[in-house]
Amino acid sequence: MTAVEGLRDIFTKNLRTSGIYIAFVAIIVLFAILTDGVLLAPGNITNIVLQYSYILILAIGMVIVIIGGHIDLSVGSVVALTGAVSAILVIKNGQPWWVGILAALVVGLLVGAWQGFWVAYVGIPAFIVTLAGMLLFRGLTYEVLNNISLSPFPASYQKVAGGFINGLLGGDGYDAFTLIIAAIAIVGYAYSAWRSRMGRVRYQQSVEALPLFILKIVAIAVVVMAFAWQLAHSRGLPIVLIILAVLILAYNTVTTRTVFGRHVYAIGGNLNAAQLSGVKVKQVNFWIFVNMGFLAGVAGAIYSSRSNGAQPGAGNMFELDAIAACFIGGASTTGGVGRVTGAMVGGLIMAVMSNGMQLMGVPQSTQQIVKGLVLLLAVAFDIYNKRRAGAAR
Amino acid sequence: MSDHILEMHSITKTFPGVKALQDVNLNVKRGEIHAICGENGAGKSTLMKVLSGVYPHGTYDGEIRFDGEKVEFSSINDSEEKGIVIIHQELALVPYLSVAENIFLGNERARHGLVDWNRANSEAAVLLARVGLDENPTTPIGQLGVGKQQLVEIAKALSKKVKLLILDEPTAALNDSDSEHLLNLLRHLQGQGITSIMISHKLNEIADIANSTTIIRDGKTIETLDMVEDKVTQDRIIKGMVGRDLEHRYPEHVSHIGEEVFRVEDWHVEHPTQPGRVVVDGASFNVRAGEIVGIAGLMGAGRTELAMSVFGRSYGRNVTGKVFLHGKEIKTRSVSEAIDHGLAYATEDRKTYGLNLIEDIRRNISSAALGKLSKAGWVNGNEEIKVAEEYRRSMNIKSPTVMALTGKLSGGNQQKVVLSKWIYTDPEVLILDEPTRGIDVGAKYEIYTIINKLADAGKAVVVISSELPELLGICDRIYTLAFGRITGVQERAVATPESLMELMTKEKETVR
Repeated sequence: MTAVEGLRDIFTKNLRTSGIYIAFVAIIVLFAILTDGVLLAPGNITNIVLQYSYILILAIGMVIVIIGGHIDLSVGSVVALTGAVSAILVIKNGQPWWVGILAALVVGLLVGAWQGFWVAYVGIPAFIVTLAGMLLFRGLTYEVLNNISLSPFPASYQKVAGGFINGLLGGDGYDAFTLIIAAIAIVGYAYSAWRSRMGRVRYQQSVEALPLFILKIVAIAVVVMAFAWQLAHSRGLPIVLIILAVLILAYNTVTTRTVFGRHVYAIGGNLNAAQLSGVKVKQVNFWIFVNMGFLAGVAGAIYSSRSNGAQPGAGNMFELDAIAACFIGGASTTGGVGRVTGAMVGGLIMAVMSNGMQLMGVPQSTQQIVKGLVLLLAVAFDIYNKRRAGAAR
Repeated sequence: MSDHILEMHSITKTFPGVKALQDVNLNVKRGEIHAICGENGAGKSTLMKVLSGVYPHGTYDGEIRFDGEKVEFSSINDSEEKGIVIIHQELALVPYLSVAENIFLGNERARHGLVDWNRANSEAAVLLARVGLDENPTTPIGQLGVGKQQLVEIAKALSKKVKLLILDEPTAALNDSDSEHLLNLLRHLQGQGITSIMISHKLNEIADIANSTTIIRDGKTIETLDMVEDKVTQDRIIKGMVGRDLEHRYPEHVSHIGEEVFRVEDWHVEHPTQPGRVVVDGASFNVRAGEIVGIAGLMGAGRTELAMSVFGRSYGRNVTGKVFLHGKEIKTRSVSEAIDHGLAYATEDRKTYGLNLIEDIRRNISSAALGKLSKAGWVNGNEEIKVAEEYRRSMNIKSPTVMALTGKLSGGNQQKVVLSKWIYTDPEVLILDEPTRGIDVGAKYEIYTIINKLADAGKAVVVISSELPELLGICDRIYTLAFGRITGVQERAVATPESLMELMTKEKETVR
């Protein structure tokens, strides 16, 4: 494949997937202009990461749920419950920070197992199970907290979401450590991209032209380094960003390269066919929800740490942001289609829009209207694209 | 007055990049039953969509004259107004609504916006009597079988004062007796002056019922045959459809039969939602290595139910009986257990049970045997593509790459994907349920060849089919199933359609 053909391929054949990236860049540029560049200022980039990390984490779990053909309306309540349990242990009982985190994760897993049981083994639609869960876990949160907010967490706990790794290697006005980590990440990415390219060559499959391949890596390297540069100028590398990056990498691999991931797509694509192909549908569905519960626990721990306390009303409407991120990111409402990376970009589009509008001083009401319309238009665009692709044949 | 009710003159319809129809002419005489034949993708359905206004006037070239006048339909409502009604292969009925409601759907018997139920139900009863269906007009349509639903569709057409009735594969989903009834009804309607156009793959029906036949191949009219004057035989039609003499519709094959591989004993299954209703009753059968065994039975005899319950209890409840592989009893309590023991079941309904239509060829082929492609839960994506490519070539799946979605393939190619998927699991026993349903003649031949190759490789093959000629053409031995019981088994050498049909209709009391 020549470089020109390759480029055309990216823009035409994959418009459905690349469309979202183009939209993302357009939105960044738009708000960067509207905010006179404040959007991309070092401090603000750090803020976006801190502020939306838990939505992105929820969206990772949610996209798997949605690919499997389900939905989870309870994650906001689970975020509140897991944060509350952690707060009780750490703030009230004086346990160390890691006990709180661990407890949040365990509670998340238990919640996931509970919902997975009803969905997978009893056969109640996830919409109902998690609608019930939304009420149930919100109520439990009020019970656990005795109807009052708890704060503040000790500094060690706050560090989980608010902390930065910086100054380890010094630097003059910028954090050298952050830059080195970013550089390592780029080298790692380039290496794995090269390896998979070699793998394809070994199997005699077509690969993109070498100049295009290098161009792609360089482009990614430039973006990542620019991002790291801005972070390094601010407060350094947020711990949350490391957690998020690890989760994205791990779950992207799980969905694209493991048998479990394949089974999730198979169930969402055609449940009957999956069943008759030997997929253990009940088990897979169960683990989809256990996983969602686990990630909700992670998000709960991070959210409680960032908000420096536990409130009975925490995490309200988080589920809708997470679900919106998935659909903006190209997941299908009927299951079987979606990607972790798509959901992340979908979430970031929402994040950049919210943040940009906040910087501009747009009232809350307008923000909601804009977000609602963007969700609608994103899915409409998706359907339009599918129809066009269908008609072309 | 012209004696042609319909004249379609040099119709050309182009889709981006493809000429679907090219100078097609179709002349239908008033009051006849006119069959249209052609391989899948030949352009039959496109032609009917042009006629009925699905593709509006202006999107095609050519002229249509109906009842002597030039017509230009811009929607399906226009053509219905003139009395042209099309009944699609996939029935367009609402399962929860009653028979009468379905008949008058979109055409309600109403006054001032309120439905006159008495009038609707009594008119529906008259229409049902005309199509020979003895059902209450208030019965929900979902409670009727496919055959009866087909009749309701025709009643619906009659309610629209139909002059030209178009049926797209009307008997594809029907069993023999329902088909027979439908064909008789068409003859009866012919007597009442209704002209019919029938698209069908079932050549014996065409030979039986049609007055003339138009053959379409690659978007062009090949010929129109007068069935009586030209003394048209099935082989003559096939010759026109494929453009070559199909000397044999079934490939030559000599079986090399070995030891018994698979045996089912005293199999008993009850209906999943109606406890106590026995669907399969004490069925026993066996298959030997290299042998192709047929299972014949009318619709509702329990063929699919037998196969699916053996394959990991995918159907029914209170399943009892024994399954033996190479003489040793095995358990097949779940699909994965059945697959592990070397069983494979290719379903009769590819789209609902066989394929993930929004996924590509590659991942459909690998979906039942991901274990072979993975280590510790990690799938080797490159190996997967390589495997899929091998099958694409060896099975002659017509698609430029294995990354094409299976939903976009023709029926024959979809079936090849399903077969590839099961062959890749390396099974010892393959149960193929209606392997050639909805597939054109050319692709059928290919599927038969694949089945023969599987037998030659020493596999035990079970073929379930509604088409007796097919079973007689490819099987070494044929079991007959009636009302959930095995009523007999015949060697190919002695079996005839008549002898099988007799066993297939044997009532419970007369068995043993």
